[in-house]
Amino acid sequence: MARYDNLLEACGSTPLVGLPRLSPAVPRGAPPVRLWAKLEDRNPTGSVKDRPALFMVREAERAGRLRPGSTILEPTSGNTGISLAMVAKLRGYRLVCVMPENVSSERVQLLRMYGAEIIFSPAAGGSNQAVATAKQIAADHPDWVMLYQYGNDANARAHYETTGPELLHDLPTITHFVAGLGTTGTLMGTGRYLREKVEGIEIIAAEPRYGELVYGLRNIDEGYVPELYDPGVLTRRFSVSTRDAVLRTRQLVEVEGIFAGFSTGAILHAALAVAHQAVRDGRPADIAFLVCDGGWKYLSTGAYEGTLADAERALDGQLWA
Amino acid sequence: MSIQVRIPTILRSHTGGAKVVEGSGDTLDALLSDLDNRHAGLRARLVTADGNLHRFVNVYVNDEDVRFLGALDAKVSDGDTVTILPAVAGGAFGFAAVAALRRPVAG
Repeated sequence: MARYDNLLEACGSTPLVGLPRLSPAVPRGAPPVRLWAKLEDRNPTGSVKDRPALFMVREAERAGRLRPGSTILEPTSGNTGISLAMVAKLRGYRLVCVMPENVSSERVQLLRMYGAEIIFSPAAGGSNQAVATAKQIAADHPDWVMLYQYGNDANARAHYETTGPELLHDLPTITHFVAGLGTTGTLMGTGRYLREKVEGIEIIAAEPRYGELVYGLRNIDEGYVPELYDPGVLTRRFSVSTRDAVLRTRQLVEVEGIFAGFSTGAILHAALAVAHQAVRDGRPADIAFLVCDGGWKYLSTGAYEGTLADAERALDGQLWA
Repeated sequence: MSIQVRIPTILRSHTGGAKVVEGSGDTLDALLSDLDNRHAGLRARLVTADGNLHRFVNVYVNDEDVRFLGALDAKVSDGDTVTILPAVAGGAFGFAAVAALRRPVAG
């Protein structure tokens, strides 16, 4: 079906496309090892985050937390903010985003274009400060609703009820699912669904390994693990360097024509690692991975051209996924 | 040959500021004990009193999370690279500028 009553209905049911040129060659007579990309950039605002945004808003509506004219508050300047801004606009809510004052102007423009209001938190405090500021604002406005994607079950459930079933429907022979680890919602929801349905399936996480500045904590106890995370859902977890993520992002557009953001490059890097291992083991594999978003929002980094070392420098210290 | 271990900024007070140190051992457990002989106190920052990896510490052997390879029992061998990182939440803020993430770092 390609006709929908409104934009929200057009969320999900994204294409799963084969990557015949990036899938590793196998020896004659050996079982095939195939890579498949699920194009989440085909969602209404161009990222996988439309799914959890829609589910979190609908859940808050069902629970009576959101009523016509309510205000949603969320500390984010990323894809979740853009998705929430679109959903809030169409469902009649006000969205207030809290973000560090020095995020890129594209982010601010995109959010404002979708109708979000922005409260800036001090640059020096980074994202921790934005979360703290949001919590403070929430305390001052008890009627505002913070959806809090890191701990909201509806985030994972969006993937349990949509992404997982779509993958199994389109690829009944799936052996591996690979996605990025941020809020962990994608892997928890999709992973739980696929584990229930497919015996022996591997659920693989790819997480970005950022430049040192991003890890500028004062001590280990300032670390953070999202409330949604349950390591029992995963079978493997890879840390992917900025360099490898950029390399694979470029390879994906050069070889298969898919123009994606850098988090997708990190995911592809992990997917290729398990693909090559399947070839070595002589085992058949249908490996599905997520294309989280297109590359448009990241063009201004300059990391799509020049040497890998230049690209690595351009992204150093940034949260590129 | 030995095992290279990458140390995050917050733990470099134990390594005299070194970003990378070298050690040996058949398992992560043995490697951390070996490192502790030369970098006193490092192990205690990574392993809790009950013998588990600290909740906010992630350790990777050749880019793979050791919690899925047996945790402290994970096998390591010469030529491997071990990376230690604090657990942080990524993904939520997209492209925050570098300056936003700069903060005073002690130790």
